[in-house]
Amino acid sequence: MTDLALILIGSLLVNNFVLAQFLGLCPFMGVTRDYDAALAMGFATAFVLTLSASLSHLAYHGLLVPLGLTYLNIIVFIVIIASAVQLTELFLRSVSPLLHTALGIYLPLITTNCAVLGVALTSLGQSLSFLETVVFSIGAAVGFTLVLVLFAALRERLEGASVPQSFRGAPITLVSAGIMSLAFMGFAGFAD
Amino acid sequence: MVNLKTRQIMLVVLAALFPGMIALSYFYGIEYWLNFAFAIVIGGCVEALCLKLQKRPLTPALTDASTPVTCLLLCCALPPGTGLWIIAIGVTVAVGLAKHLYGGLGNNLFNPAMVGYAVVLVSFPKQLALWPIPLDGTTAATALTSFKYRLGATVDEIWVIDQGFGSFGGYGWEWINLCFLIGGVLLVALRIAQWRVPAAMLVSLAILALIGYDNGSSGSLGSPMFHLFTGSTMVVALFIATDPVTHPVTHRGQLLFGCLVGCLTFAIRVYGNYPDGAAFAILLANSATPYLDKRLVPARG
Repeated sequence: MTDLALILIGSLLVNNFVLAQFLGLCPFMGVTRDYDAALAMGFATAFVLTLSASLSHLAYHGLLVPLGLTYLNIIVFIVIIASAVQLTELFLRSVSPLLHTALGIYLPLITTNCAVLGVALTSLGQSLSFLETVVFSIGAAVGFTLVLVLFAALRERLEGASVPQSFRGAPITLVSAGIMSLAFMGFAGFAD
Repeated sequence: MVNLKTRQIMLVVLAALFPGMIALSYFYGIEYWLNFAFAIVIGGCVEALCLKLQKRPLTPALTDASTPVTCLLLCCALPPGTGLWIIAIGVTVAVGLAKHLYGGLGNNLFNPAMVGYAVVLVSFPKQLALWPIPLDGTTAATALTSFKYRLGATVDEIWVIDQGFGSFGGYGWEWINLCFLIGGVLLVALRIAQWRVPAAMLVSLAILALIGYDNGSSGSLGSPMFHLFTGSTMVVALFIATDPVTHPVTHRGQLLFGCLVGCLTFAIRVYGNYPDGAAFAILLANSATPYLDKRLVPARG
């Protein structure tokens, strides 16, 4: 139980995939311009991330290892991720067409979100059990969504700040992301 | 008009910082004032440079006394023997990056002093870990660091091993914290700082310490009194967490913000790698401020 809690805190805060491992920076910069889009993107990615990491674990240990095809892991994982994204897209299109349009290109781009493949590969590298992989990916998913939402709110505040001309837009956004990442360094040591 | 008001407020804050600064220099030596003076001069230079580069007028920003407050808060967090170059780096980051890159006073998203402190802390951890033993001259770890790396000693044993720890907060620190508390209470009484953030922070820190307290065994996390009166608790609670720009505007938001700082401070002190987590707790809570403001506005606190 303690182990699972440590894994959760580890992937959620200490090794946060965005702010500590710098994966998934494209959606972190891309969709946080709008708060609602960031929230939706966060949940969509969280869903895909948890589903694909769990399925990847099953596929790796159930299929690739017995067949001796472990060198195919990246290709198989990408196929799983792409299918999970398709599933999410179909679901979103039928449930909320408006949100589907708002997310636009970013939705299919979840496939190329390196955090999603990163979680699947990292949990593999740490040789976690299935349950541990699920907990690990939930932590990563919640951590991703949390950071995305906090950062989107932060950027909204930035719009109102009288930032010097030369630092408006991307520069000040990156500086803020850096300071947030610095703040997350405070969690170092939590999961030891 | 507005500027005059900012200036008056900042001058009162400076005055309120004085008891704590005097306590620091009483226990750690008069050379602390050299740090203070150096930081203020560098801070002024960085601010002037930033204003000049933006072609903004120098006088209103330079005379509103907000930069000295930032510099002094940063210096209070650094040990007295910190190299002047470290102080210069910290001040430059605080004033140049955390304040002026965001457009100056009132626009910053993160508390400048804490950004400066966090940057130098992660960059030069060794230099910042050594505090002199008060009124002595040799350097040693602070009470918080001893608590963290005590190799199974009970609380009473630590107190015996580290002679001169005082009665509950680490020798000197209880007085330093008390002096900051007095200055801070003055700010709250004058309504310059509001009471919700510090109250929520101190109460949540004390409650967590109380839950974790087991009467001083080798696994003890320290008593509530220890956590309230050691390290940077009081200066952070009353001078840094109360920075009106970086805490939420709604009352409920302020209570939540204070709780967040208190809980994170305790968690980082107990579980993290850094002995005192208040600076990171502040930066993390600052990151959450826009979110809290956004979510809590319709509820009207």
